[in-house]
Amino acid sequence: MPNTLLSASGLERSFYGVRALNGAALDVRAGTITGLIGPNGAGKTTVFNCLSGVIPCEAGQILFDGADITGLRPEQISQLGLVRTFQIARGFPKLTVLETLLLHGDGQPGENVLTAVFTPGRSRARERDLIDRAREVAEQLNLTGVLENMSSDLSGGQKKLLEIGRALMGRPKLILLDEPVAGVNPALAGEIAERIAALRETGLTFLIVEHDMDIVARLCDPVIVMAAGARLTEGTFDEIVADRRVQDAYLGQRA
Amino acid sequence: MLSYLLATLTFAGVYALLALGLNVIWGMAGMINLGLAGFFALGAYASALATVALGLPIALGIVIAIAAAALAGALLSRLTLNLRGDYLAIVTLGFGEVIRLIAANEIWLTNGSDGIPGIPGPFRGALTPLQFNALSCGLLLLAVALAWFLTERLRRSPYGRALRAIRDDETAAAVAGKPVRLYKVQAFAIGAGLLGLAGAAYAHFTSYVAPDIFRPLLTIYIFLALTAGGTGNTSGAVLGAFLVIVILEGSRFIEPMFHGMSGAQGAALREIIIGSVLIFVMRIRPEGLLAERPPKPVEP
Repeated sequence: MPNTLLSASGLERSFYGVRALNGAALDVRAGTITGLIGPNGAGKTTVFNCLSGVIPCEAGQILFDGADITGLRPEQISQLGLVRTFQIARGFPKLTVLETLLLHGDGQPGENVLTAVFTPGRSRARERDLIDRAREVAEQLNLTGVLENMSSDLSGGQKKLLEIGRALMGRPKLILLDEPVAGVNPALAGEIAERIAALRETGLTFLIVEHDMDIVARLCDPVIVMAAGARLTEGTFDEIVADRRVQDAYLGQRA
Repeated sequence: MLSYLLATLTFAGVYALLALGLNVIWGMAGMINLGLAGFFALGAYASALATVALGLPIALGIVIAIAAAALAGALLSRLTLNLRGDYLAIVTLGFGEVIRLIAANEIWLTNGSDGIPGIPGPFRGALTPLQFNALSCGLLLLAVALAWFLTERLRRSPYGRALRAIRDDETAAAVAGKPVRLYKVQAFAIGAGLLGLAGAAYAHFTSYVAPDIFRPLLTIYIFLALTAGGTGNTSGAVLGAFLVIVILEGSRFIEPMFHGMSGAQGAALREIIIGSVLIFVMRIRPEGLLAERPPKPVEP
């Protein structure tokens, strides 16, 4: 496939003898919002952890944008433009929303310890650019009003939006969203979905793990179904809903 | 009396340097370090040996002390990168004790439990004791001011922001593209360097170091100072250090009010007062006297 942005194959990972991933494979085409669904324990979050380098996979290969990223550390993968969010919004409780966004900006010379202590003036210009970028991102996500708040003071929905905002700051190519609307009220869930759809129009690609099937139906094409640590099937939402194997995976096999 | 006050203020300066060092390691980067006494001892012995045994100038001894402590800090944090919380606490506590035991047993190097006497102080010979105390006090306060300025600058910088992010959530900071391991080693080394500086200052001021000075209780005092002053707040670290010294020294004057108290009872009373004050501070201000505040962003 010429326009495949992310391609993972043969991923394996065990936790103390439990095989969370058993040869999992998936492809994400550029410009899509690809859904990743499956029953609890299918290995969706482990796939995210492997793709983002948070937990290294034991076998398999991950290609992103033409480069082999298997075994790279999380920060290296993020810097290449593959950024993830977390299922439970993992904020930095003692950082403000603005700081959280700035943190995810790249190319800040003031992150070098010597520059930080001895020539702080050299980081100022970049800091201004990043602040502009952060305000832009905040505006896209309706977070402008809370920029000065501590991230721990946000509502659940705002935290989810901030997760997306963090991912956006580094101008990524592909964002892995781990349950972007879980625990959010339906109205706000719809709003988050709209934001994601709008961001796709700007050229971004998404891979989304989500249990809310309304949102998956609305946003995702194609949808990949995982079960028991491997890819079960892939297709449009209507196709996979009609697939008997998918129903079995979720509900258990009928006798 | 003036000489005593100046000496007390000098010790407060030493404590403030220690608290500032701990504030980088624990307050900003979130790494627990119960081996403060070890880094303090390392700095004190390094500068003492450099000036006494090698006859180097005091300024060079202090530089060596900072470098030795920072190097030890970098090495220790590099070895313990994957340890967190309790486990890092155990290893650093062990490190502190190892340094103290080396100082007590490697007699060829450290003169064992007899310690190293006659460590030179700046212009000690040319000044009266009062003048010397005044000079030491001035130099120490200058060092504290400089350390305050540089660590506060560090905290406000993008580097400090990343450090605080690592403290709050290491994994999320890595996903944010920050080289977490490098940051942790650097922060530990910077903090340890300040602890080493405090050790060198102590050695040159008191002119004598011995292993018994570097007991783990010192580490506890500094943790108390930082916690009461405000973990993560640079000014809080200094304030907390002065507060602990005020309590430690102030309780000397309370002792005579209770007649017939033995020396041991007096020492115990100090511990009780310190503990009570800390509990009181934590009860009314859980974040410390000066709470951590996010720095103001650069004006666009």
